[in-house]
Amino acid sequence: MSKRGNKIRVECSVNGRAVALEAYPMARLLDVLREQCGLTGTKEGCGEGECGACSVEIDGTLVNSCLVPVLQVNGAAISTIEGMAHGERLAKIQQAFITHGGAQCGICTPGMILAAANLLARYPNPSEAQIREGLAGNLCRCTGYIKIFESVVAACRAGEPPA
Amino acid sequence: MKQTRIIGTSVPRKEGRAKVTGRAQYVDDIALPGMIHGATVRNSVARGRILGIHFEGEIPWKEFTIVTAKDIPGKNCIALLIEDQPCLADGVVNHPEEPVVLLAHPDKYLLEEARRAVRIEIEPLPGVFTIDDSLARKQIIWGKDNIFKSFLVEKGDVDSAWASAARIVEGEYETGAQEQLYIEPQGMIAQANAAEGVTVWGSLQCPYYAHKALVGVFGLPMDRIRVVQTETGGGFGGKEEYPSMIACHAALLAWKSGKPVKLIYDRAEDMAATTKRHPSRTRHRTAVAADGKLLAMEIDFTLDGGAYQTLSPVVLSRGTIHAAGPYNCANVRIRSRAVATNAPPHGAFRGFGAPQSVFALERHLDRVAQAIGLEPDEFRRRNFIREGQTLAVSQPVREKVDMPRLMDHAFELSRYREKRRRFDAENSASEIKKGIGFASFLHGAGFTGSGEEHLASEVAAEATREGRVHIMAASTEMGQGTNTIFSQIAAEALGLDPHQIEILQPDTAAVPNSGPTVASRTAMIVGKLVESAAHSLQQKLIQGGFLKPGYPAEDFPEACRRYIQKTGPLEAFIKYEHPTDLHWDDHNYRGDAYGAYAWAVYVAEVSVDTRTAEVRVDDFVAVQEVGKVINPVLAAGQIEGGVAQGIGFALYENVVWHEGRMVNGQMTNYIMPTSMDVPPIRVHFEEIPYARGPAGAKGIGELPLDGTAPAIANAVAHATGREITRLPITAEALLEMLEAHV
Repeated sequence: MSKRGNKIRVECSVNGRAVALEAYPMARLLDVLREQCGLTGTKEGCGEGECGACSVEIDGTLVNSCLVPVLQVNGAAISTIEGMAHGERLAKIQQAFITHGGAQCGICTPGMILAAANLLARYPNPSEAQIREGLAGNLCRCTGYIKIFESVVAACRAGEPPA
Repeated sequence: MKQTRIIGTSVPRKEGRAKVTGRAQYVDDIALPGMIHGATVRNSVARGRILGIHFEGEIPWKEFTIVTAKDIPGKNCIALLIEDQPCLADGVVNHPEEPVVLLAHPDKYLLEEARRAVRIEIEPLPGVFTIDDSLARKQIIWGKDNIFKSFLVEKGDVDSAWASAARIVEGEYETGAQEQLYIEPQGMIAQANAAEGVTVWGSLQCPYYAHKALVGVFGLPMDRIRVVQTETGGGFGGKEEYPSMIACHAALLAWKSGKPVKLIYDRAEDMAATTKRHPSRTRHRTAVAADGKLLAMEIDFTLDGGAYQTLSPVVLSRGTIHAAGPYNCANVRIRSRAVATNAPPHGAFRGFGAPQSVFALERHLDRVAQAIGLEPDEFRRRNFIREGQTLAVSQPVREKVDMPRLMDHAFELSRYREKRRRFDAENSASEIKKGIGFASFLHGAGFTGSGEEHLASEVAAEATREGRVHIMAASTEMGQGTNTIFSQIAAEALGLDPHQIEILQPDTAAVPNSGPTVASRTAMIVGKLVESAAHSLQQKLIQGGFLKPGYPAEDFPEACRRYIQKTGPLEAFIKYEHPTDLHWDDHNYRGDAYGAYAWAVYVAEVSVDTRTAEVRVDDFVAVQEVGKVINPVLAAGQIEGGVAQGIGFALYENVVWHEGRMVNGQMTNYIMPTSMDVPPIRVHFEEIPYARGPAGAKGIGELPLDGTAPAIANAVAHATGREITRLPITAEALLEMLEAHV
């Protein structure tokens, strides 16, 4: 009946832990993370790679996990929002989002924080243009982005690594 | 201004930590044991008779739970103002995307295949798709005359004013639909059976609206229906009324299947089927004296309501009352109506009718100013309303209002005058034309007229033995900051820290009905009830001798423990009491429309590339008087976010219709502002405390949607010299105007 083929085994690491996944090859990484790994911090906003709510890192590259078939992540290292804090100690960028009003409804926040952290890993002291461009793939309907920019600036101000 | 300790400080967002760690539980993050998935089968034509429903394809239909109108145990309608919208279409359909069949199955991939394999056989009937066709009654598609509601506001004598006018200026303005585009699509989880009743969990603004709809659909007593709000990823009005529909659908599937059902819309379904901002058309006829004084304003305001009435009467009401703005004019007539078309019903969206009528007014007044040879700001200054004068609905302004001061401040921050002159001088030499424009406006907080009196909102508070205070209200957090400001208000009143205050999850089984989370009413109206509830707890402790006035915070827990031990539960229950000096005449649409208004002047600076007709907003200044600001970071965030939505409304967000159907219902072709599109947004608050708001606060949420688009439109008109009369000002539309000879 199903047009989905047979499930395959995919081995990868998620937030530093080795996992073995059984999934249909074209299953979206987004669904596998949420449903099999229980990592519901990765959100679905549009399902077509426009909004960035499902952003995760694969081997250090920021991707929209709704556009990644799970077969592509065999052997890869995946990072999600759940891997950002060190236990109860928030990453600097997470704290900055709280302090500076970067999160309102919170649905874009996990993806936005991953995008911000990815940006700061590339540009520890980004210019305004770099911040705007670095976050351009992540849509936020609540903040008008201003407080997100301020959060990013605040996170790098002390010159410490963002995460 | 009274000194405050917690109010006026940027206390961090209460649920911030859960949100930045990904732990916050939105509806799609929740799984119940044995839960299956639900889907909605929708009709594709605008209007017709249902001839049959066919279950086709190689689908194991026996495995599916299938619900149609005949499975509804109670009434087949989503109860709101009236009961005209069916829960599931039965016999006829009146708009595309109308729900007809519900399906549920454990495998959501198979479910999607099944959804596509249901064929709804329809005999099409001619539809109505424009305001003009609806008014002309080309087809009667609703009631006797296609009119959901109409209003007439009259002040003075408009008809006798025309003769003495130095100039009479007419204009017609239109705005398109706008999608709320909260990033979390709509969804619900339901559990329902005869023994336990119905429980739904979901993304929504108004738990008691869904509760009312479920009571009707299931025909169950109120205490057998329970609605719980989960973390909500944005609403903006889009989750005001439509969630009631999804709640009923999920609950019907759960009722029939005997299993918990999760019904989550994907983005395409959400954009196609749920509500949008009402498209509008406004006609103005304005008489001015030689000295620039407004003599008469005649305004004709029409909203396209879509196929069912839903909230159109109240959206129309707010749009009507705001249509004449913060100006003093002795003679005003506003006629308005909301009409039916065969499109999905339009609904609540931040601003609620006012962004449409304020756009028309503020664009029109720039044109009136030009006609009489005054600068647009000088013309406004000569007509700004002052304390003691009356608004269009004959409401005397009792607040201290100083529009000229707001304008001065906004102009100073934006360097309006200098830039206006400079752009005028420099534009001719450049293919990039610069413009600067503004809008001055007001926004009423709370339900209109006698609305708050009828709502009679309730809030409860309870202190625990440990000295923690629980606030119980149905007011929802959807990103705008309800949890945080309620905890600040209660903490301020009780002399505690905000972390000692807990805001209970909105759950109709556990919290009283504090009304819907809409209409810029949460801070001002419900916040005041929270303050009163906190004061009531405090009074009980002080009057019982458990605390001394001026007590230190550390004495509070011990006092609570002793009170509860000796007297029993320490709780307070507060009900809204309408101020006796506010009067509203619903029949003549006259009186105190709102307890308080926020007042504002917004300035936009734009560049128009005349080769591509692309408009960029280069700078934005938002100056407003909103009473006491409870939390500066959250308040500024409200304004900035609203301005960004207003930029989308002004320039990008274009719903393309074909026979009642949105044909660009994706984020790839319905364009909202990104981080690349927003200018610096400089927000400034003037604070004049409002005696009836908590610590002096007024409403703020909707305000920024009213003034942003007209400020931008006026700036584009300044840059290009073209008559901008329609939103959105897409590059395509502007290019046509630039190429036309003037």
